[in-house]
Amino acid sequence: MKQYLGPLRKDNPVLVQTLGVCSALAVTAQLKPAVVMALSVMVVCSVANFIISLIRNTIPPRIRIIVQLLVVSTLVIMVDQILQAYVYEVSKMLSVFVGLIITNCIIMGRLEAFALSHSPFPSFVDGLMNGIGYGLVLVVVAFFRELLGSGTLWNYPVVPQSWYAAGYLNNGLMILPPMALILVGGLIWILNSKKSSVK
Amino acid sequence: MSTLSKWSEKIGRSFEKGRPLHCLHSLFDAVDTFLLTPSEVTKEGSHIRDAVDMKRIMITVMIALMPALLFGMWNLGYQHFLSTGVDAGFWGCFWYGFLKWLPLVIVTYISGLSIEVAFAQWRGHQVEEGFFVTGFIIPLIMPPDVPLWIVAVATAFSVVFAKEVFGGTGYNFLNPALVARAFVFFAYPSVISGDSVWIAESADAVSGATPLALVMNGNMAQMPSFLDMFVGTIPGCIGETSKIAILLGAAVLLFTQVASWRIMLSVLVGGFVTGSLFHTAGVCPVNGWQHLLMGGFLFGAVFMATDPVTATHTQSGKFIYGLLIGILAIVIRVINKGYPEGMMLAILLMNIFAPLIDYCVVKVKVKKRKLNISKHRIKL
Repeated sequence: MKQYLGPLRKDNPVLVQTLGVCSALAVTAQLKPAVVMALSVMVVCSVANFIISLIRNTIPPRIRIIVQLLVVSTLVIMVDQILQAYVYEVSKMLSVFVGLIITNCIIMGRLEAFALSHSPFPSFVDGLMNGIGYGLVLVVVAFFRELLGSGTLWNYPVVPQSWYAAGYLNNGLMILPPMALILVGGLIWILNSKKSSVK
Repeated sequence: MSTLSKWSEKIGRSFEKGRPLHCLHSLFDAVDTFLLTPSEVTKEGSHIRDAVDMKRIMITVMIALMPALLFGMWNLGYQHFLSTGVDAGFWGCFWYGFLKWLPLVIVTYISGLSIEVAFAQWRGHQVEEGFFVTGFIIPLIMPPDVPLWIVAVATAFSVVFAKEVFGGTGYNFLNPALVARAFVFFAYPSVISGDSVWIAESADAVSGATPLALVMNGNMAQMPSFLDMFVGTIPGCIGETSKIAILLGAAVLLFTQVASWRIMLSVLVGGFVTGSLFHTAGVCPVNGWQHLLMGGFLFGAVFMATDPVTATHTQSGKFIYGLLIGILAIVIRVINKGYPEGMMLAILLMNIFAPLIDYCVVKVKVKKRKLNISKHRIKL
């Protein structure tokens, strides 16, 4: 059980292994695309883990990367089509980054490190947990970026108008990608200062 | 003086470990060493003794900033009363500027020092002196009308993310004062750029644009005379307007050898040459030496680029560093209309490259010497 909960904090794919940072910076300017992105990665990661684990004994080791890529890209295309069909606006905002889930190191890493050597159900859980670990970081970063950068959450204005009248301004830097990097860095800092093993 | 030291000794005991006030010991330590010489001395080994320690260097920089500050205060009032059409006299102008400056500096110090003390306490360090100058410079390079909460947020951001993250004073590779300004510049662009923010009373009466903004808008006819720009009776940040005052400060810094003449000179040369080139090519109506007088160029060259922590350390590295700052500042000014003040970005960029320049200079020197040695051997 413990190893499945690892990705949430102690072994977090973004904060500890620093994987998937690129997309974490790109899609977190607002909460909505970040949540959609997190869900997509969760789905792709868990299902890909499950499928690869099912056929792990029949994949010739020499071409396993190609087989993995095939499975992942099929899933990503499916997710992309579903997003375009049902949440077209968000799909527009995410643009190329849904397609780029194929190259997300978290997914390939979990396939290589876990799915190839474990049975289907544990692999599914592992993929799901890693997806959640990634998604948590995305949501936290996107929460602060949207709140401070646009004064909204999920596109609803939360900062009252009276604040703006009193001179409050939205922080434009939060919208820019560098601030996402600084926020992710800040999260890593908080995590590391609490953990005694990293020293 | 002796009563003060006795009092400090008496008070100091309650800050020792295990005592109730231990949680504030770094604050006490900072005040104590600020007022008095520390009583602890090194017990063994030989050390160079010198009256100049970090506190004295910081004080020297603050003294050097004084002319620019005093003039800036007067000018703030002067510009204000010029736009409202009231004749307030010398002291009226000065008092107005002082009242504008005071809240800025108080907010900066409260915001920055509380974070510094908190970090020092958390890490068990002493409170470092570095923030005294940083906190002094920040009000000088902010627009006088900037909302105070923005100053507080920017200061907090720069202290945490430009300094404390990397280990505090002396470990920062970016100039904290410039980071604070860059933060405001990118996060709240409406308060720092534009035509009307530089004079305190922008809403009513005549609003004044800085010379840089005038050039950017192609409005050469309204340009102040270059004598005005040299003396400093133009709208602008508190610290940057008077070139005479800045040169006075530069003289203090150079005389006491606190700042490097190599950096100052090469920044000016780089800026002048690039400015002249652009002028000759017909890209920019402003010629080389006029560029040096506009905006924060001189202030940056004297007080910001020479920051010993973030500049290069090798002697020839300082020339390269300064030249590149001067060149980049003018290039950003002329080419990128979105950023009329290139000095801040140029210095920050070169701060990042400073360690690389040092590394290359050392490598080149090492190679040269190796070559010399091998030649020498062949002769033998």
